[in-house]
Amino acid sequence: MTGGAGDGLYVAVDSPVHRLPAQVKLVALVGFVICVVSTPAHAFWAFGVYAGIVVALVMTAKLPAATVLRRMTVETPFVVFALLLPFVAAGPQVDVLGVSLSESGVLGAWNVLVKGTLGVVAAIVLSASTSPRDLLTGLERLRLPRTLVAILSFMIRYVSVVSGDLQRMRVARESRGYDGGSLGHLRAVAAGAGALFVRSYERGERVHLAMLARGYTGMMPSMARRQATAAEWRRGAGLVVVALLVAVAARVVGG
Amino acid sequence: MHVPDGFLNAPTSLATGAIAAGVVGISLQRASREVRESGPALAGLTAAFVFAVQMVNFPVGAGTSGHLLGGALAAALVGPWTGLLVMSVVLLVQGLLFADGGLTALGTNITLMGAVTVLVGFLVTRGLLRAMPKRLGSVVPAAAVGALVSVPIAALAFTGLYAAGGAVDLSIGRLAAAMVGWHVLIGIGEAVITAAVLSAVVATRPDLVYVARHLQADLVLVDDQGRTTTVSPDRPVAAKPAGRSLGAGVAVTLLIAGVVSLFASANPDGLEFVGAKLGFGEAAKESAVAGSPLADYGVSGIGNGHVSGALAGIIGVLVTIGVGLLVAKLASLRRRAESASEPEPASRA
Repeated sequence: MTGGAGDGLYVAVDSPVHRLPAQVKLVALVGFVICVVSTPAHAFWAFGVYAGIVVALVMTAKLPAATVLRRMTVETPFVVFALLLPFVAAGPQVDVLGVSLSESGVLGAWNVLVKGTLGVVAAIVLSASTSPRDLLTGLERLRLPRTLVAILSFMIRYVSVVSGDLQRMRVARESRGYDGGSLGHLRAVAAGAGALFVRSYERGERVHLAMLARGYTGMMPSMARRQATAAEWRRGAGLVVVALLVAVAARVVGG
Repeated sequence: MHVPDGFLNAPTSLATGAIAAGVVGISLQRASREVRESGPALAGLTAAFVFAVQMVNFPVGAGTSGHLLGGALAAALVGPWTGLLVMSVVLLVQGLLFADGGLTALGTNITLMGAVTVLVGFLVTRGLLRAMPKRLGSVVPAAAVGALVSVPIAALAFTGLYAAGGAVDLSIGRLAAAMVGWHVLIGIGEAVITAAVLSAVVATRPDLVYVARHLQADLVLVDDQGRTTTVSPDRPVAAKPAGRSLGAGVAVTLLIAGVVSLFASANPDGLEFVGAKLGFGEAAKESAVAGSPLADYGVSGIGNGHVSGALAGIIGVLVTIGVGLLVAKLASLRRRAESASEPEPASRA
């Protein structure tokens, strides 16, 4: 079941990162990114260390570099914003090749770019090494409210069905001469989206009735598998501790 | 649109995380009866719908196409509380399964694109519906205005957060002007798409549209003796009646958000102070030695960064309280509406 819209970025290989329970990965990576974010931007060496850690994670998780790079494009709008910063930020100006740039803007652009990139790669490691099902059990273990986990699980389960519906509508529309673009076609596209909502809603009602017919009592059965072992938690904590040390060192030692 | 990691500093990210958790907690509580009645599958499928429809490119004129953010549309279709849950779930999936938006920025993204767009969209739509004629035809323009307003307000909220915990001392006035100006354009696209999609739903299944439920016409039956009977449409399942627990929830959220954002406002100053003491001085020295064109950067920036940091902290607290008050206000509006309408079904039955 790979390649469906409901699978996220999951890359199905076997690696130490894949084997780690989802709750450990979630906590460790969020902790890691918090450390990255709170590191002062001028401590350039610290970001080198972080980048090394992230690359090591990607290698350990056996993720194809192409997948990681392709997914990193989600940052693009903020890269544009970051590149604009030197031109619009306040503060003292500096001339580079005859262009007046804001000093704090240059540092800020670097700050946004490096932290955003590290964050995106960390998120890619999480999503590429955790199947949606494992992620749900991890969130359940982390005491996310059960209703929310239930809604999440239905969304993940049906997102490929709904996307498939949408895809078929698009094919039907285009095979009837729709060519997109002009405002006149908005009605056709929007009517499709409206119909998609009605279909999804009715499917939701049917699914619920089917669940009731099969004895659903208002509580989803727990999906939780085994608990994470202490050793696994230690492995996750190792990442956070290293990042924390780097962050503290960067704060104390400076750039 | 998704805010990545590092755009806002760590304390601000944690504070928005607390706000997001509080808002999601409240909406879980408010929507619990709806969700129990119609099942988690319905909300899940609505979330799948929002997720799918965000990927559709709608032609919005002048040869350009836009895509939907969906907050205001979700609020109009399934109501503010379920809508908020739906948007939060969509953002969670995008963040955790698709690496879209940073992990530490999840709270920020849920606060801005979930809570702010849904609540603003819903409040504006409902306010307009009160003022407009009570017809089904009012729903589409009201929701369109709701969508139009919700996007620039979310941009403003982002500017507020940026003022509290942004990485660079941009002139906040200029940032706000640029953000709002740009997002009014996006908001127009959002309004056009929301109106088009909603009118398609209203045309086929108006009973599914949350904000249109009270606009359903009564069915008038005339029997053979000429007596007329009026049958009201089925009353939809109301959100859970507000209890003391809700008030407590709001208070706890405010407290947490308030405390964390106080921390958020205090900490950057501390960090900058440390930075000034240790980091910046050294960095400047090195750069001067290197003779780079960026030599001595940061040093003169600090004086003004310090003041703007303190100012930004105050703005941040105000924004936090504003968001909290908005939530509390919405909750109390809702409570009043419910206590007014509650006796009705009993007398009818």
